[in-house]
Amino acid sequence: MPTDALFRRLQQTGQQVRIEFEGRSLNVPADVSLAAALLLHGVGHTRESAVNGRPGAPYCMMGVCFECLMEVDGQANAQACLIEVADGMSVRRQRGARDLLIDPQLDEEVVDE
Amino acid sequence: MGKTDVIVVGGGLVGMSIAYGLALAGRRVTVLDEGDDALRAARGNFGLLWVQGKGYRNSPYASWTRQSVALWPRLNELLHADTGIDLHLRQPGGFQLCMDDAELAEETRRLNWLRDAFDGDYPFELLDPAQLKKRLPGVGPGVVGACYSPMDGHVNPLKLLRALYVACRARGVVIVNGLSVNAIDQCVNGFEVLTAEHRFNAEYLVLASGLGNRPLGAMLGMDVPVRPNRGQILVTERLQPFLHYPTTYVRQTDEGTLQLGDSLEATGFDDRTSSPVMAEIAARAVKCFPRLENVRMVRAWGALRVLSADGYPIYEAAHDSPGAFVVTCHSGVTLAAAHVLRLAPWIAGELDEPAIAPFNLARFKDLREVRYAH
Amino acid sequence: MSDSRVDLIVIGAGPAGISAALEAATRGLKVILLDEQRQPGGQIYRNVGQADERRRRILGPDYSAGKQLVQALLASEVRYVPNAAVWHVMDEHRVHVLLNGNARVLRGRQVLIATGAMERPMPIPGWTLPGVMTAGAGQILLKSAAMVPQEPVVLAGCGPLLYLLAVQYLRAGIHIEALVDTSGRREAFKHGRQLLAALAGWPDLLKGAWLLARLKWAGVRHYHAARNLRVEGERRAEALSFDSDGQSHKVWASLILLHQGVVPNTQISQSLRAEHVWDEQQLCWVARRDGWGETSVAGIFIAGDGGSISGAKAAASQGRLAALAIAHRLHKLDELQLASLAQPWQRRLRRETAARPLIDALYRPQAPNRIPADETIVCRCEEVSAGAIRSYVDLGCLGPNQTKAFGRCGMGPCQGRQCGLSVTEIIAEHRKVGADQVGYYRIRPPLKPITLGQMAGEREFDLSVFSPLKRIPS
Repeated sequence: MPTDALFRRLQQTGQQVRIEFEGRSLNVPADVSLAAALLLHGVGHTRESAVNGRPGAPYCMMGVCFECLMEVDGQANAQACLIEVADGMSVRRQRGARDLLIDPQLDEEVVDE
Repeated sequence: MGKTDVIVVGGGLVGMSIAYGLALAGRRVTVLDEGDDALRAARGNFGLLWVQGKGYRNSPYASWTRQSVALWPRLNELLHADTGIDLHLRQPGGFQLCMDDAELAEETRRLNWLRDAFDGDYPFELLDPAQLKKRLPGVGPGVVGACYSPMDGHVNPLKLLRALYVACRARGVVIVNGLSVNAIDQCVNGFEVLTAEHRFNAEYLVLASGLGNRPLGAMLGMDVPVRPNRGQILVTERLQPFLHYPTTYVRQTDEGTLQLGDSLEATGFDDRTSSPVMAEIAARAVKCFPRLENVRMVRAWGALRVLSADGYPIYEAAHDSPGAFVVTCHSGVTLAAAHVLRLAPWIAGELDEPAIAPFNLARFKDLREVRYAH
Repeated sequence: MSDSRVDLIVIGAGPAGISAALEAATRGLKVILLDEQRQPGGQIYRNVGQADERRRRILGPDYSAGKQLVQALLASEVRYVPNAAVWHVMDEHRVHVLLNGNARVLRGRQVLIATGAMERPMPIPGWTLPGVMTAGAGQILLKSAAMVPQEPVVLAGCGPLLYLLAVQYLRAGIHIEALVDTSGRREAFKHGRQLLAALAGWPDLLKGAWLLARLKWAGVRHYHAARNLRVEGERRAEALSFDSDGQSHKVWASLILLHQGVVPNTQISQSLRAEHVWDEQQLCWVARRDGWGETSVAGIFIAGDGGSISGAKAAASQGRLAALAIAHRLHKLDELQLASLAQPWQRRLRRETAARPLIDALYRPQAPNRIPADETIVCRCEEVSAGAIRSYVDLGCLGPNQTKAFGRCGMGPCQGRQCGLSVTEIIAEHRKVGADQVGYYRIRPPLKPITLGQMAGEREFDLSVFSPLKRIPS
């Protein structure tokens, strides 16, 4: 459920790129970190703790707190505040522990697209 | 300080297992332990309850190990009843993954020897890559084969240590931390242990301080040949459960993290990590499970095994100091059940334990030092 | 063999690191400057090279001063490597770095740690709710993304950085719902001794006074001596409740920025097992250093806030001094040259640090905001509460490594950065001993998470990639 954005830009100029967040398409400024971009869009929380599901969101914005862990282009537990947005980036909340997608039913491993 | 029957020097897995066993046998126990920054082999272990391959050319050790693992469910029950802590004991069997034919051949040879030593009562299977893949989804093509044994398992070793602390306290064991033992004297009624500011007396004394047993044993005139041997472990981020069996190189904990090991290094008392070794462990883990390539290592550590001169435990009732015992081993998790339920009663004089006899100090008289851990 | 080693590896491109690198290059040393971010400047001068005029005006003159430094770097002989995350430093002066996702090893004769500071944790009830961030985060968003709060915002805590951010927001036209100050109004007069010493650093004092005056003039609701802070809300921050001037208050806000000072980021120095002492004035661990910045580990220097908190100007001076000492050690300067070149920097440093004891005393973070009640989470990564830590102490744990073994605090991805100070202080208070007796986590590599594949593919850093143009091609 979208919540009101906590931040806005000083001015609405500059290039924009399109990223995908949880299946939604978002327009974001081109030269900001992923965490910053999401804070402009009121996404609420960005992860759920692997220990107890607690909702977490960016906290320090400088890479020391590790609250902003997200799944970026299929790679889990990436620090969103240290990644610059790129056109076409696909982002999901990090929900709990990372899934290696190893399927015991199949002979071969399940492969990502 | 109240009277105590036994002083146990060392609050790690070995010391606390013995303290717990003694408390279960109704003895009054005092444990002496060092500070927060002590070397602590108890914090540096893989959590395996491992049987296969152990005691190659040493059937008493193989037997002792098997007995301990068979007693583990009983230890788990006791600790759970005393503490409510879930140790995540799982004994589904384990896999020794082999990365080349030589390794597979060597493991096979050992297991065959052991099977013979036990007159065939030593269950294991040799698996080729196709069979292995069915049992361990995700295993990589670089693994040429594996040895599976239903006897193996794993447990959460840090929860084990905490449970032993809680259970010991619940049963009246006195634990005194932040101490370093300076001297041990024999006196009329037993032993006096001196630290910087304290004096402890008891009729019985158990030295269970790992590498510290060497200087402590010397205080009683004993030569306890233990040396440090470093092992390094990598720990990953948490993953959804995918590995339901322990293996010697990769183990998934109940928290979901993977422990990756390990190494055998003679580095003295240096318990730091080193990047060539870490890179090797990482490469091997990825070879075992290629999906791990993009998994992050979150922390790594090195710990010092307590390795005796021949790699086997030391269970010594000191001849010249009756009432004093020396206990060391490097498989403190696997042997915890035997330590609580067999060794402690033996120390308390409750029963004979012929299984322990081969592990005395006398065997070192003519032995050359060996590098391997078993 | 000498070709495969540079003279000096500097870790961190903030004021200390850049100043050190420039000085070292001037003295003829081969220097590599590694930094985790994309652009130089560290946190304080974050993005100063790209920030436009309007942003620089909002952020103020101290920020713009960084532009010159950054420009000097880019024009120099220093080999500057951005996007380089250091994940391991071995004391034989091997620095392991993740460079754009590739694991490389660099060798240097000497290493300078200039990793700066980070926010002191402020574990108040509800601090983990989405919508609670640090004042530092607010500044970073302003500097690097020109972002300001949309909703009404509450600033809570203490320290000059909090007031600075408030003034910066005012300049940007942002409405501040409340400034909830945990320091008292008349604290200055209690600290006569420090006040006298601080007069030598009068520019800093004047600056602080000016910030407060500006806030008052703008009519910002400023609550003093605030106690019992609590963030309220179910799935996200909704309000901040607190007591002040004998009354209970509740201020509604979805964005709450916390700050109670900054502390040195000691991950690298701790991982090297350099000696650290507990500084009761700054309430943090401080690496023991000599006058040049060398730690107890030979060849490892620290300059700037990564050593102890002293501000950007002092960081630059320390950087210069460390570089001079290193140049001397590597035979580029003799004793006399070192002494004469160092003198002006030493003089400046004395002036730049004169006000520090007063600032530390005035804005000392309150104990309940450092050592919280049982229910408050202190280890965010592993969800460990203060009460759990206390229970482990009752069980026999004497220090943070034992509590880590029993409760997993400090085992998560942040490796103790957010909880380390809190855990040390909680244990100390519960045991009724000094923090120095309790100690700190044993810090191990990786200092930053690294994948197994990256680790397995580690190679030596190829120095020949450095063309006459100092930058590494990105």
